[in-house]
Amino acid sequence: MSVRHALLALLSEGPKYGLQLRQEFEEGTGEVWPLNVGQVYTTLQRLERDELIESDDRGEEAGSQKVFHITAAGRKELDTWLCTPPDMTEPPRDELVIKVLAALRVPGVSVHDVIQVHRRYLVELMQQWTRLKEDEADFDLTFALVVDAELFRLDSVVRWLDTADGRLKRAALEPPSTKPGPLIRRRLVARR
Amino acid sequence: MSYLELRRVSKSYGAGPTEVHALSDVDLSMERGSLVAVMGPSGSGKSTLLTIAGSLEEPTSGEVVIDGAALSSMSRNDKARLRRRSVGYVFQDFNLLAGLTAVENVSLPLELDGLSAKKAHLAGIAALEELALADRAAHYPDELSGGERQRVAIARAIVGDRSLLLADEPSGALDSTNSEVVMRMILAACHRGVAAMVVTHDAQLASWADRVVFIRDGRVVDQTVPPPTPESLVAHRPVTSPHR
Repeated sequence: MSVRHALLALLSEGPKYGLQLRQEFEEGTGEVWPLNVGQVYTTLQRLERDELIESDDRGEEAGSQKVFHITAAGRKELDTWLCTPPDMTEPPRDELVIKVLAALRVPGVSVHDVIQVHRRYLVELMQQWTRLKEDEADFDLTFALVVDAELFRLDSVVRWLDTADGRLKRAALEPPSTKPGPLIRRRLVARR
Repeated sequence: MSYLELRRVSKSYGAGPTEVHALSDVDLSMERGSLVAVMGPSGSGKSTLLTIAGSLEEPTSGEVVIDGAALSSMSRNDKARLRRRSVGYVFQDFNLLAGLTAVENVSLPLELDGLSAKKAHLAGIAALEELALADRAAHYPDELSGGERQRVAIARAIVGDRSLLLADEPSGALDSTNSEVVMRMILAACHRGVAAMVVTHDAQLASWADRVVFIRDGRVVDQTVPPPTPESLVAHRPVTSPHR
């Protein structure tokens, strides 16, 4: 998550104080991602160094607190970031995937049981997230978006486990494949 | 006390070498007011479990007890009465009767149970009102959206004094927003004391439940034990849950 760009986004609405930015950041992410004051000021210093924001003192009105503004370069950087898809070309080194692949190699271990342990854990987590959205009155838009994102992320892992479970079950009923393993890796490399 | 209890329920189809064991020794119980999801892949036996729990099918062995009464000791008529009065079903494809309006679909089970047409109609309207569908009461199923049709199906399942709601993939082909509406309605019925069982392969749907039971190859293999919602999920947000 880019705190840097999130702060630029908040400053695109108008000039703001550091503490105000922290508060609005947490509200804007459904209060799911905490941000400490140190992180806010370090990031603001870097943004100022890179001339993406400017600061001034409001003097009597607000004591010695600095007010930050976004610069034209900052706005351009923000617009570019918003429309640049994050790099998702490389599959992440997912610990769960590795555990399932490893379970295939370990004698005496039921991969189906390993999959079920992880499936149950993920569904329990999903139950907890879903409970947070039961009370619609306490469920504002930004929080709803964050909870949905988390539920879909966990759901995608459960779906992968379900698919892996089914694939393994079918594979156990079929004769072993004679296709060479490295083919898939070669294809992946060729696509990059 | 459990409202619905399945005791060592097994179900087989066919005989000899072609015999298929759809369910094997399933134990499951649920209280009034609870929502239980049964999760498993296609062919795992979850729909069979639901039809046996709702007395639409007989188990090969084992016992189903609803509100303290064993189904095996009931006559056919008693079971039919139980299904009409106490059990509501929601199916993936809605199963609404195309020639009847929304309110006629909802009130039909009450009329079949001997209630006057007028009283059944009023109860049907009340059920539709509860699901914010009163303005669609006079519409036929083909005049309703998929989400509205499923809400009518839920109204039909909870109309009257139903205490057991059995739903098979209730969100069907609905999008995630409409699926959430469907689950909120089922949950609202649970808050009024209905015991609901939802069978699904969808983890997002299942996550609305108090308890998720996992079924594989006709056997219950696992179930969730959800701890209280940890505040760690949400950094500073005051967590007002659990609601149940």
